[in-house]
Amino acid sequence: MVVDVRDVYYAVSGRPIFTGLDVQVRRGRITAIMGPSGTGKTTLLKLITAQIAADRGEVRVRGQDLAALSRSEIYALRKRLGMLFQNGALLTDMDVFENVAFPVREHTDLPEALIRKLVLTKLQAVGLRGAAELMPGELSGGMARRVALARAVVLDPEMLIYDEPFVGLDPISLGVIMRLIKHMNEALGITSIVVSHDVRELATIAHDSYLLSGGRVAAAGAPEQLRASDSPAVRQFMTGSEDGPVAFHYPAPDYATQLFAADES
Amino acid sequence: MIASVGNGFILEGVRQLGSVAIFFVRLLGECVPALRRPRLIVHQIYNSGARSLIIIMLSGLFVGMVLGLQGYELLQRFGSVEALGTAAALGLLKELAPVVTALLFAGRAGTALTSEIGLMRATDQLTAMEIMAVDPLRYVAAPRFLGGVLAMPLLAAIFSVIGLYGAQLIGVELMGVDKGVFWSQMQGSVGLRNVTEGVVKSVVFGIACSLIAVHEGYHAAPTAEGVALATTRTVVASSVITLLLDYMLTAAFL
Repeated sequence: MVVDVRDVYYAVSGRPIFTGLDVQVRRGRITAIMGPSGTGKTTLLKLITAQIAADRGEVRVRGQDLAALSRSEIYALRKRLGMLFQNGALLTDMDVFENVAFPVREHTDLPEALIRKLVLTKLQAVGLRGAAELMPGELSGGMARRVALARAVVLDPEMLIYDEPFVGLDPISLGVIMRLIKHMNEALGITSIVVSHDVRELATIAHDSYLLSGGRVAAAGAPEQLRASDSPAVRQFMTGSEDGPVAFHYPAPDYATQLFAADES
Repeated sequence: MIASVGNGFILEGVRQLGSVAIFFVRLLGECVPALRRPRLIVHQIYNSGARSLIIIMLSGLFVGMVLGLQGYELLQRFGSVEALGTAAALGLLKELAPVVTALLFAGRAGTALTSEIGLMRATDQLTAMEIMAVDPLRYVAAPRFLGGVLAMPLLAAIFSVIGLYGAQLIGVELMGVDKGVFWSQMQGSVGLRNVTEGVVKSVVFGIACSLIAVHEGYHAAPTAEGVALATTRTVVASSVITLLLDYMLTAAFL
């Protein structure tokens, strides 16, 4: 087990996000974390990467309890993982080459010639070797995400975390990113966690999946198991239906009453 | 109710002061490792210092010219226009150069620092660094802080030199004060202590303004409004703190 989240409680300003969350990520597999917006998918990633700490419960990564680790131990752990941010999060004052080289320069003493080879290899893998001299502002959303992916894998991490990797991508970029996630997992054996609400895309690449709802895991299993689930909440999410236990409308006063009240005032 | 609002205001002030103090201690701890990356610090001196040169030089020239004009007008009443050089030099070295430079620094370089770091926060660049096991305090905040601290005395010195030229331009070239008297009086009356006072002030203002700019950017809410608010706070807090520190340092040097 690479990641073991057990009975985690977490609240923001008194509003509970997780109320007894259990998630396990197995080595060498692609695990999908799904759920409607606002269910805490990104918060779960923050817990796993020790950006925030659970109020209660235990988060273990590679067998280490994150709550018991010092800052330097957390940094040592982070060197073994890579993360792809929704917007790429490329450093805007460096070109593509320097962005990918950044973690190598910071954590190794490799000679410049070797860094160059390493960076170009990773850029070639994401199809952007020719864009090495471009600045982040000159890249499209899909290209920025591919550069970020090259940066995330440049130190050959054991685990890769993808935060909403498919959002806002055109079909070609989306297909490329999906193939890359699959390739990283199959060719390099990298354990992957993919947070997304794109059910169809995840179903084709994920080995395991979790559906979060109401602060807990609503369903878990292989994507096809989730699709076959009888649970109304799972069915609603998988079919994208407005009607179901997950309300489309945010809690509000009665519609007609509010409309007429506005007229009277 | 007024008492509770007052208490809240004081509490918030103390909380903010505590936050800046803790940040300052952490930042100082990261400054030593940051010194191992001189390239980053030089880049920040360029950003905060060299890019502020035009505004500092122009302001210095105009302030010096005003000083020459006002000083001449005042000293003429007492028949001692030959003291114009001394008055301009003391005014610039001890007060105007460090204070005006700090205020301009807050408006030009301080806001740039805050908005740059705030936008890095808003676009997840700082979080990405943390995930890559690179401390953004060491890599982003410390070089910018050091760059600001080193740039401020240099800018204040340039302000003084250009200001003196401006005062000389008006006093000597326009109003006809004797050039030899202007410079020799200055040379005879301005001591090392006066220069030291200006340098100490500009270093302290550099620390205060850079700290506020970096702190506000680092803790800005990751939204457009958050970055805008942080930038405004940088200018307001830096200006007020500069003037407060100026009074305290002036009193200390008396």
